[in-house]
Amino acid sequence: MNAIYSLIAVFILIALVLLGIGGAGLYYVFGVIIPYVAIVFFLAGFVYRVLKWAKAPVPFRITTTCGQQKSLPWIKNNELENPSTGLSVIGRMLLEVLFFRSLFRNTKTELKDGPKVVYSLNNWLWLGGLAFHWSFLIIIVRHFRFFTEPVPAFISIIEKLDSFFQVGLPIIYATDAIILAAVSFLVLRRIMDSRMRYISLNADFFPLFLILSIAVTGVWMRYFGKVDVIGIKELAIGLFTFNPVVPEGIGVFFFIHLFLVSVLIAYFPFSKLMHMGGVFLSPTRNLANNNRMKRHINPWNPKVKFHTYEEYEDEFREVMRDAGMPLDKK
Amino acid sequence: MPEDQMKPEELFQIDYKPPGKGWMETKPDIRRGKINWAAVPKSVEYLDLPNPRKWSPLDKDWKLPDNWKEIILEGMRERIHKFRTFQVFMDICVRCGACADKCHFFIGSGDPKNMPVLRAELLRAVYRKEFTLAGKLMGKMAGARDLTEDVLKEWFFYFFQCTECRRCSVFCPYGIDTAEITMMGRELLSLVGLEIDWVTTPIANCFRTGNHLGIQPHGFQDSIDFAVDDFKDLTGIKVEAPVNKKGAEILFIVPSADYFADPHYYGLLGYMALFHEIGLDYTYSSYASEGGNFGLFHSNQAMKRLNSKIYMEAERLGVKWIIGGECGHMWRVINQYMDTMNGPADFLEVPKSPITGTVFENTKATKMVHICEFTADLIKNDKLKLDKSRNDQWRVTFHDSCNPARAMGIIEEPRYVINSCCNHFFEMPENCIKEQTFCCGGGAGLGTDENMEMRMRGGLPRANAVKYVHDKYGVNVLTCMCAIDKAVLPALMDYWVPGVQVGAVHELVGNALVMKGEKEDRTDMRGEPFIGKETAKDV
Repeated sequence: MNAIYSLIAVFILIALVLLGIGGAGLYYVFGVIIPYVAIVFFLAGFVYRVLKWAKAPVPFRITTTCGQQKSLPWIKNNELENPSTGLSVIGRMLLEVLFFRSLFRNTKTELKDGPKVVYSLNNWLWLGGLAFHWSFLIIIVRHFRFFTEPVPAFISIIEKLDSFFQVGLPIIYATDAIILAAVSFLVLRRIMDSRMRYISLNADFFPLFLILSIAVTGVWMRYFGKVDVIGIKELAIGLFTFNPVVPEGIGVFFFIHLFLVSVLIAYFPFSKLMHMGGVFLSPTRNLANNNRMKRHINPWNPKVKFHTYEEYEDEFREVMRDAGMPLDKK
Repeated sequence: MPEDQMKPEELFQIDYKPPGKGWMETKPDIRRGKINWAAVPKSVEYLDLPNPRKWSPLDKDWKLPDNWKEIILEGMRERIHKFRTFQVFMDICVRCGACADKCHFFIGSGDPKNMPVLRAELLRAVYRKEFTLAGKLMGKMAGARDLTEDVLKEWFFYFFQCTECRRCSVFCPYGIDTAEITMMGRELLSLVGLEIDWVTTPIANCFRTGNHLGIQPHGFQDSIDFAVDDFKDLTGIKVEAPVNKKGAEILFIVPSADYFADPHYYGLLGYMALFHEIGLDYTYSSYASEGGNFGLFHSNQAMKRLNSKIYMEAERLGVKWIIGGECGHMWRVINQYMDTMNGPADFLEVPKSPITGTVFENTKATKMVHICEFTADLIKNDKLKLDKSRNDQWRVTFHDSCNPARAMGIIEEPRYVINSCCNHFFEMPENCIKEQTFCCGGGAGLGTDENMEMRMRGGLPRANAVKYVHDKYGVNVLTCMCAIDKAVLPALMDYWVPGVQVGAVHELVGNALVMKGEKEDRTDMRGEPFIGKETAKDV
């Protein structure tokens, strides 16, 4: 049900462009105003969310340790899974952020006769997630060719690598194929797997459908419905240099693409997509397990009522004396 | 075990397919076997906690204060501002589902709300409704949910169906820690008087008498004296075990079950053997006669109140540093909370083994050393004479306790000690040990009789891994270094893997240790003769 609602929401967004551009001719609204508003939302929202998290204190150092601690010198400790220094934490975070280390551990649990509980390595989610995020990132970087003149060398290099397996024309980017496959996989697993369906919210389907639609419109423009790339680049550079112009003849497909991207980035800070920022702030991962070596301070360390030894001895002095136990006050 | 207890093969009929109806519309099945009794008013009052009263989770009316909703929401607001964890974990979950089948309670029950993601969603849905714009405007469409009495009951049911073991946190791509979420949930529940007795009464006991069991000082002295006498009977050696001795070099803190329950007690005898043999100058304390800290399962304040005794007592007795015994959650508190809450312990010295001269640099702030770190260092430096064959009656496996594994990472030290003390050691499968270890099913205050069905369900993954090595290698003892494990694993083994005993790591040390002056017919810590040393009478 949530999947259908989310899909309908994305269709409504597309219909808005068709009406706005095709019907009312609101080129400036969709080409300039909405993208600017979206970017303001994104930047302000992102900064606000991160600052809000950062402002909340970390009262306790509660690292989740996934390997041997640093203790005796002859016991080999696992610095990346159980970091003892800030530098190792950076290593752990890099593994996490760049390669989804924790997700790589994923197992699948099954019950067999016996009775037996069986666990097997299950890396499909890791692979799908990694493929999706990396291809998305590379595609975003590639898009800078539209915002820059001349196009910086590193973007051309990325494009070359991305089209490495290409023979003939037009150039097909590997990431275009990968992102379509990966997002489809992520959508399908939410729909087909009954457990995933059970836990999925609208907020899980909506961004997937949004991104899928963005990718489909992008791929369509690049490989099938030839669009006016010169005009699009003029618009993009205009936006980036704060001299917005909307050249004629760009075509409605581009505006759908641009509008969905605008919605995505405006929606970003208010959604689970903020895991992009949050992963860096997760105290179980971004702190060293060095509590016994280095004191951690809780800024609001509460005053609590203690039960002192004196009170204890006062209550139990008689029985302690009878048992021959040492006393502070005779 | 109650008569209505299901047979293992019936309990194993578990369906992982969630029901057709959505989780927000499904009510929990609150019944005996799946709940823990409410805290008795006396304990709640003793700790000055709110709303002491007689009530039962099986009643319809839970006798909440009139303004309970206001209290909970205010409590949430406060915690959002005080804990970055709470805020970040409420905001960033993408419901990828990686945690779903990592929870022992889910594996053993199939109840979808035991998937860590949904346990957390119970709080998140209310968080969205009350603290986010989308939730306020769009309600259920945005995954938001009103806080009603039914929702509160569901919180109680499921936050006391989580043992705070942190296994899901290992698999979560963002490290979202359900233990932290459960801790927040339990703190909130306590604000309106929803407490369970097996958490709150031990806290009240510990606050008053120094240990969870409520043993008064003379009782503590008796227990230690009894163990000393018992040890003499077993080995012929009279050991010193001082209590509240000022000026001792080391304060030794153990979980109270070590001197009060089986099979913990055999580990206590093991400590006694070890400390006697190396001539350690140490003392027990009756005031700090508890290493465990059920405050961890209640609230950060309760944890701090109980934990304070360790440093206060170390200062009063004038010791140089502290050793801690075999206990799981105790070591989470010591490793991750003690210094922050009740430090700095600048009146203590950086721990240095008086026997080997090793300085425990890894404990230079907190000044407390794990007994397995201490013993491993002794063995490595060849200070102990160990006869492995004295454990030949055992085919041993080792259960990593959740907190030492995932909130500390003490993984190799106990293995080194065990392998130095026995000839037959077998690891359980790799997805069930070390950082991926499974809970015993009774942690975080859930090890009660009334909760037996959930314990057997939650303990299934652990027990099943033991069954694997039992069937394959004939393993007959499950060693561990956690007092809750030792208390709840015997029932779990009897249910799923009959024939496997539970033992302490230092029980093996006590057995293997060749002691000066031991009698010819000394036995192991359980009073059994060593293999090959049986007299005609024993055979």
